[in-house]
Formats: sequence, C-alpha cells, structure tokens
Amino acid sequence: MNHPIIELKRLTKRYRDFKAVNELDLTVTKGEIFGLLGPNGAGKTTTILMMMGLTEPSSGTAHICGFNATKDPISVKRLVGYMPDSVGFYDTMTALENLMYVGELNGIPREEVEERALATMELVGLYGDAIHKKTAAYSRGMKQRLGLAEVLIKDPEVIILDEPTLGIDPSGVKEFLTLIVRLSREKGLTVLLSSHHLHQVQQVCDRVGIFVKGELLAEGNIDTLSNRLFAEKSYEIEIGLVNGIDLPWKDETEMLQMETVQRVTVEDRIIGITSSADVTPDIVRFFVQKGYDVNSVHKKEYGLEEIYEKYFENNITENIDQ
Amino acid sequence: MKTIMDPSEGHSATHTATQPHPFWVMVRKEIAGHIRSWRFLVLLLLILLTFWGSISVAMSNIREVLGNVKDPDHLFLYLKLLTTTEGTLPPFHVFLNFLGPILGISLGFDAINSEQQNGTLTRIMAQPVYRDNLLLAKFVSALTLVGSLLLTLSLLMIGGGILITGVLIEAEEVFRIIGFTILCTVYVGFWLGLSIFLSILFKQASTSALTAIGIWLFFTVFYQIIINLVAKAFMPGANELAQMELFQYNDLFLNLLRLAPSQLFTDATTTLLMPSVRSLGPLTMEQMAGAIPSPLPLKESLMIVWPQVSGLIAATTLCFAAAYYLFMRREIRG
Repeated sequence: MNHPIIELKRLTKRYRDFKAVNELDLTVTKGEIFGLLGPNGAGKTTTILMMMGLTEPSSGTAHICGFNATKDPISVKRLVGYMPDSVGFYDTMTALENLMYVGELNGIPREEVEERALATMELVGLYGDAIHKKTAAYSRGMKQRLGLAEVLIKDPEVIILDEPTLGIDPSGVKEFLTLIVRLSREKGLTVLLSSHHLHQVQQVCDRVGIFVKGELLAEGNIDTLSNRLFAEKSYEIEIGLVNGIDLPWKDETEMLQMETVQRVTVEDRIIGITSSADVTPDIVRFFVQKGYDVNSVHKKEYGLEEIYEKYFENNITENIDQ
Repeated sequence: MKTIMDPSEGHSATHTATQPHPFWVMVRKEIAGHIRSWRFLVLLLLILLTFWGSISVAMSNIREVLGNVKDPDHLFLYLKLLTTTEGTLPPFHVFLNFLGPILGISLGFDAINSEQQNGTLTRIMAQPVYRDNLLLAKFVSALTLVGSLLLTLSLLMIGGGILITGVLIEAEEVFRIIGFTILCTVYVGFWLGLSIFLSILFKQASTSALTAIGIWLFFTVFYQIIINLVAKAFMPGANELAQMELFQYNDLFLNLLRLAPSQLFTDATTTLLMPSVRSLGPLTMEQMAGAIPSPLPLKESLMIVWPQVSGLIAATTLCFAAAYYLFMRREIRG
C-alpha cells in the first residue's frame, strides 16, 4: 500500500519572469494526510491547480493516481475531490440542489443522486433546515461543510483542500479538521491540505512540507523537521534571576569553559545559554554554586511554530539582502 | 463507485436515459437558472409587449393593407401581420433588430465572469467535465430559450390570426415565418457569442456588458454615419460618373454597410417577410426589364438571403471560436 498517489516531478510554473513554483518534487503515499505549509503567495494554490489540471505547468509533470494531470485531467478529476480556498455556490439554488448538480456532473444516475447527496450532507453534519436552504443564506462554516460534502459525493480517492480553515472560527476549525481526519482514516483517503496556519496543520497532518517562494524547503514529519533544522543550534536554556547582573558578567568565561556550551547572552536578569547537548541540570547547579538566586529555568523546545518562523525569518532576511 | 470509474462514460453515445451526459446536465441547470432569474422575466415582458404592440397595430390596419391590390404581397396575411405598420410603431422585425442584441447580450454578458467571481467556476472545472462543455452549455441553453420563445410567439401570432380573421395560413407563409424565427435566433446567437466571449475576456461583468453594448451601439448608430462620411469624402460628384461607376460605388458602400450584423439581419428579414423583394442592391433598368412585380417563391428568397445568413453564422462562429481559444488554456483560479 505504499505506492505514491501524488507524484510531482520537477514541477515548475513561470509567470513571465516570476517563478511561482520552482522544480517541485513531492510524493504523497496512499492514506497519508499531507500538509502544505507556507505563507500567502508561496505558490501553494498554483501547485494545487497544476495537480488538478486547471493550469498548465511550464515544465515538469504531476501524476495523480497514475494519471498525468496536464494531459488527462478528466481521469484525475474523477478520482480527486478538490475544494478551492474560496468556495462559492449557485446562490439561487438550495444546498441540496447545488450538491445534486455536482453529483450529476460526476455521472451519478439521477435516481440515486438525491439519496447520495442527503447521505453525504449528513456525513459532514448538515441536517434539517440547512438542506433546503438557499446557499446565499449559508454561513462561511456551513459553506465549508457543503464544500466538503461536494468533494465527498464523488467518492474520491484523494481530496485536496486549499486553505480549508480560512475564515471559520476556532471551534469550527477544530471540528472541521477532526472530521477530515476521521473521514481519511475511515475511508483510507489520501488528503493534501494547504494552509498558512501551522497549529492546524500540526494537529492533523502525518507529514508536512514547508513551501516558501515556490520551493519546498523541508519535508517530513514534525520531529524530523525540527531535528534537521536545529541540528547546529540544538538546545537553548534561559535562566531567569531575581537580581540583575552587572555587565560584563564576571562568570561568563567560566560558563563558556563548560563542555558543550557554545554561546552565552546576558540581558539584565535573563541569561541565555546555547549548548549542543542538554546540560540544563549542570547549568542550574553552576548558578546555585555561584550563589545566584535562580528564579526560573526555561528549556526551549522546537515546535512547528519555531520551524515555521525560522524558515520565514530566513526568507525575510534574504529578501532584505536582495 | 462503478459509475465514476467507468472511463467509457462521457465518450460514448450509448449512455442511458438515467445517466445523462454532463453536458445536458449543465444545459438543464443553465436553462432552469435563466427561467428563474428576474433578468429573463424582464426580457420576456419586454418582448411580449413589443410583440403585442406591433401586432395589434398591424391587426387594426390589416384590412386596408390586404385591399391594396398594387402591392404584390397583399395576399400574404400573416407576413403582413409581421411587417405592416402605420408609422407609430415599427413592425416586429425592426423591433427585433435592436431587441435581439439586448436579448443576446443580457443572457451572455456574465456567463463566465460571474461564475468566476462567485467561486463556482473552479468548483465546476474540478469536476470530470470538459471545459468546452461549459461554454457550449451556456450558449446552447440561452439559444434554446430564445429560439423557443420566438417560435412560441410566431405560433401564437399565427393561431391568433386564424382565430381573428378566419383566413387559413399557407404553407409558404409557415416556412417563411419559421425561416424568420431561425434567422432571429441566429442573430441573437451572434450577440450571445460575442457577449460570452467578452465575459471571458473581462473579469468584471459590468465591463463586459458595457463593452458589448458599446459594440452594439457602434454598429447600429455610428457605423452607418462613418460609412456615409467616408462615402461623401471619397465619392466624386454624381454628375462626373458614368452610370456603371456609380453602381460600383454604390455596391461597395452597401457591402461595407453589410459588415454590420444588424444590416445583415435587416436584409435577410426583409427578403424573407416581403416576398416581392428581388434584390438587396440596386438594379439597372436592363435587369428590371420584363420583370413582373410579383412575389418570389420561397426558394428564390432564400437564395437572395443566403449570403446574409451565412455571414451571420460565420460571425457567430468566429465569436465562439475566439471564446474557445481564450477559455480552453486559461488558468482557472477562484
């Protein structure tokens, strides 16, 4: 079951001189939930459009379920459900009519389509009045659900969600993501979702790709990402003291003589220590022996946020350099 | 699942009635959307009013017209109903000359860009349907509506005429009226094709509507003025020209005028609805010699309008081809 469902090879999209996506290589296997994480304008949507055959790549190929998305988009669209970042519906039609229309476009026979539409709406949590309401009266969260229903009605193998959590409130986001995870696990769906919200991606994704300025900077699960990123930096310990220290700090040289300690920064009452190994107990002991009143000890660990920030920070400085 | 996986679906013509081709699903949805819209209701009222107005004027004058023995067409009651006027209100086919564009433009000006604005275009294009099917569905659905509307009106007129006057309609009149209906539909089709093309070209529906109306105004008002100005500037005085040269100039300017679709439509409808029209250009005395002022048979009238009809169809196809070209390889982004 480990064969790739989504396979992008040196996928490139140029808009005149601007490279929106630059030689992207990406593989997503069956049943995986992959998060494409990046700031606005990183080329996430462009990549997704190329996967759906909605825009042509300048070079490179995108294969979904074994079909070439550029040459045979119809086969890809039969198997892939795509929810764009701004879902819109025909406002003059009811939610059910909208859903049935999409169902029929997917070749579901007319006598079956209503039944299936109703079942799918129930699956995504649209009941009662909501079914026969005009979509013009739908809230953003409900539209998002209807969008998901529309993705699911065709019984897809892959679902691609572009910024699925945009504009819904936090509790709605959680519910929506749980729903996606549940569906993915139940039906063995492969999910690719793009977002610029790292927390959400962190919650649900098996694997994450960080995408900045058209390039995939790093890829892997969150542990591997943080290991790779902070290999040289490793641990940061912050010691908070009750009393401030006079500069220059008299014990700084002694501190630096400790094995593994690389750098010490002093800022009034806070001392930051960078070391290549976890030496927190030794450092605390050092401070206690020297007679300092240690108020707090904080060991920094790297979550997705730091990973994300670090990449974007680099990105920003690069921009300034240019 | 099976229905989705079946690759032959959509390619073969053997689909069953229970599983219509996505194209027809789209056409049905488009027609339903049009019928339910206020826009169509307003257009319908407009057309019904003008139809009723021009026909009732014609009805009140019909006795005089039919009694006019000097007119070779005086026996065609139903054609007369469509063309007679006493000067207060133009006849129906002249009305259609400017209602047709409005009908076509208003049904097509937001075909693609409103879908794009609402975010529905990306969704529909992510379904397993061919892109051209969407364009074609927009075109076919609007044209089906217009065609059936005009056909209904014509049949209503015939039925009403039979009820009121008690005169039975002749086969030739039926064919001419059906021909007229088809011609009107093609004419509306041209404007529809043009406005769909503009709706792909411009992201804003209002821009495409304005541009379409601008083109229509140009052809109905300014084009003739420009041609007249050019004619005055370039033509030497009539006294200095031999008759043949005068004819050549006249022909040239008439042909230039015929670049406007409304001129083609006027030419074609006039010939179809007035059987005694034998030529759309000037005739010399030699050509007229020996001609009896009598109505032409349908076949001859059709021969005369054929260039106009094919011109209109060609213009429609051109618009549609341009729309295809723009739409097929464009990036679909919400």
